[in-house]
Amino acid sequence: MSALLALRDVSVDYGPVSAVRDVSLEVSEGEIFGLVGESGCGKTTLALAVMGLLPRSAQVQGGIDFQGEDVLALPEAARRRLRGDRISMVFQDPEAALDPAFAVGEQVAETIRAHRPVSGREARRRATQLLTEVGIPAAERRYGDPPHRLSGGMQQRVVIATALANEPALLVADEPTTALDVTIQAQILALIRDLRDRHRTTVILIAHDLGVVAQLCDRAGVLYAGQLVEVAAVERIFDAPEHPYTKALLAALPTRTHGRGSLPVAGGRVPDLADPPPGCRFAPRCPVRMDACERVPALTSREAGHVTACWHVEAEAAA
Amino acid sequence: MSAAPALLEARGVTRDFRIGGGLLGRSATLRAVDGVDLDVRAGEVLTIVGESGSGKTTLGRCLLGLTRPTAGTVRFDGEEVGTAGRARTSFRRRVQPIFQNPYSSLDPRWPVARTVREPLDAFGVGTRPERDTRVGELLESVGLSQRHADSRPYELSGGQRQRVAIAAALALGPDLIVADEPVSALDVLVQAQILNLICELQRDLGVALVFITHDLAVVEHIADRVAVMYLGRIVEAGPADEVLTRPKHPYTRTLIDAIPQPDPRRRLEAAAVRGEIPSPLEPPAGCHFHPRCPRAIDVCRSDAPAMTEFGPGHVASCHVTAAELRTRGA
Repeated sequence: MSALLALRDVSVDYGPVSAVRDVSLEVSEGEIFGLVGESGCGKTTLALAVMGLLPRSAQVQGGIDFQGEDVLALPEAARRRLRGDRISMVFQDPEAALDPAFAVGEQVAETIRAHRPVSGREARRRATQLLTEVGIPAAERRYGDPPHRLSGGMQQRVVIATALANEPALLVADEPTTALDVTIQAQILALIRDLRDRHRTTVILIAHDLGVVAQLCDRAGVLYAGQLVEVAAVERIFDAPEHPYTKALLAALPTRTHGRGSLPVAGGRVPDLADPPPGCRFAPRCPVRMDACERVPALTSREAGHVTACWHVEAEAAA
Repeated sequence: MSAAPALLEARGVTRDFRIGGGLLGRSATLRAVDGVDLDVRAGEVLTIVGESGSGKTTLGRCLLGLTRPTAGTVRFDGEEVGTAGRARTSFRRRVQPIFQNPYSSLDPRWPVARTVREPLDAFGVGTRPERDTRVGELLESVGLSQRHADSRPYELSGGQRQRVAIAAALALGPDLIVADEPVSALDVLVQAQILNLICELQRDLGVALVFITHDLAVVEHIADRVAVMYLGRIVEAGPADEVLTRPKHPYTRTLIDAIPQPDPRRRLEAAAVRGEIPSPLEPPAGCHFHPRCPRAIDVCRSDAPAMTEFGPGHVASCHVTAAELRTRGA
C-alpha cells in the first residue's frame, strides 16, 4: 500500500497555544485510520489542517502531502478545489452541517455541480443514487425534504452522501457518530465500513470513543496534548499498547471486571497548552516517568508497524 | 434484597407535554413517561438506561419533584412528593440532584465555596463557623482543596466543576441522589475519576443513587439494579448482572449488541440493529419496540405487553419471551 497522505512534522499554534507539535504519520490508500484522544489533544486541529480549514490565526508548520503534493504549499483557490472533491469531511453535528432551508437532495446535487460540469438533471440523478447508497429509504421521495424532516441518523447519512458526492480519495470524519444514539451509531459505523469496502475510499476517523475506533479502524494513532504518542494496527493498540498514556486510556474504561469505584485512573490533568511541559507532555502524569522525559522522545519501533514515542518503552526494550 | 422497604416509590408515573398549539396551531401530546413503576431502595445504586426520547430525564425530574407527573404518584419515605408543608421541606433536604452539565448547573458568579455553602445556609444547618468547617470538609471529600474555594466555575475544568456539583449535592447529607448523565460530558480519564468519586462517596455515605445514563458500560460498572427505558416505558428491570447477561427484552439485547466494544476482535454485525427510534409524538401501537424487533409477532403490533417476572426482581415486558417462559414452565 502506498501513502495517500503523509504528515511531516506538522505543528499548529494558535498564538501562544501549541495545539499540535511535530506530528508525522502516513495514511495508506484504502485504510480506515483512527485518530484518538481526549478534548484538546489536537485531533480536530490536525483534521482541519489536512482540510485547509484552519482559521487564519493558526500558524501551521511542516508538510502535508496528499497524493504526493504538499497541500500546505498550494494557493487557497487550489485547496478549495480539493475540498469536497478529492478530500471531503463529515462533521459531528449533521444539523449544523446541512443548510436548514435547502432540500437535502439539492445539497448533494450542488456539491456535485460545484466540481463537475454536469447538467442539473444528471446531478439530481446522481444525488438520488447517492442517497439510496447511504441508506435513505425512498430517496426519490426524500430528495425534496428539508433537513428538519429527517432524524439525526438520517441527516448524518445525507452529510455522508454529500461528502461522497465526487468520489473523494480521502474522507475525514470528525466524531461522525458522537451526536447519535447507540443503536443509530452502530448503523452509521457499518455504513462507513461498507462504503470503504466498496469504493476503497481512505478514511481518517477522529474519535474520543475507543470502542468506535476498535470497531471501525484498521490502524490508529493516539494523540496526547498535541503530541502523537503511538501508532499501530488497532489489534496491537488494544492488545499490546506500549505508551503509558494509551494504557491509561484503556484502563480507565468502565467495566464489570473492576470493582465498583476502583477504575485505575491517571492522576493530574491535561497540561496547559500555552505552557506545555518541555519534553513528553504526558510526563507530569506518567507513572513510569524518568529524567529523559524532559526531552521529546521520537517515535520508535520494536515491532513492525507499531511505533511509540516513550523513553521508558525504549529503555525497557534495550534492557 | 426485595424485602427492604423502598425509599422512593413511583407508581404509574406518566408525564405528558403539550407540543405546539399556539394561536390556531394544532397541538399534540407527547407522552414522555408512560405508566412507570419503580422502587429505589435505601443505599442501592439503580441505573436508568435509555436512548434519546426514552423519557429517562423526565422520569428523573419526576423522582426529584422538579416535574409534576400528569398521572401516578411518587412517594418518598411514604410521603407523596410534591405536596406542600413539612414533608416537602424534608424531601428537599434528603433528595439531591446532580446534572449532566456542570457548566450550566453552577452559578457562574458564585465562588465555589458559596455554591457548596448555599444549601447549608438555606436550611440553617449549624452555626456560621460550623458551616465554614463543613464546606472545607465537603470540598476535601470531593478532592478539591481550599485553594479552589474562592475559584469561580469558569476557572475550573469540567471535572472540577462536576466535583463542586457533587459537594453541593452532599452538603445536607441526603438519603438519595438522582444524577442525570453526570459523566457524559467528560473525557475518558476524567470520567473514570468522577465515577470513582461518586462510587466511593455512595459507598461510604450509604446514600441511594439513581444514575441516569445512555452508556451501558457505565451501568455494568456501577449498578446494583438497572431499569431499561424505551419511548417512555420501562421495558426491563432487574439486578444489573442478570439483565446484562440474560436480557429478556429484545430491546435490551439490541442495546447491548450495539455497544461498540473496545475490542477489534468483537466487531458488530452490520445487521445487528435496524430501524430508527420512532418519534415519541407517535409511538408505535402495542409494544413500542415492535417495528424494530427481530422477534415481533402479531400480538406485539396491537397489545402493549404486561410485565412478566423472569427471576427474583427481574421483570420484562415482552409477549414473545413471556410466552417462552410459560411454555418452559408448563
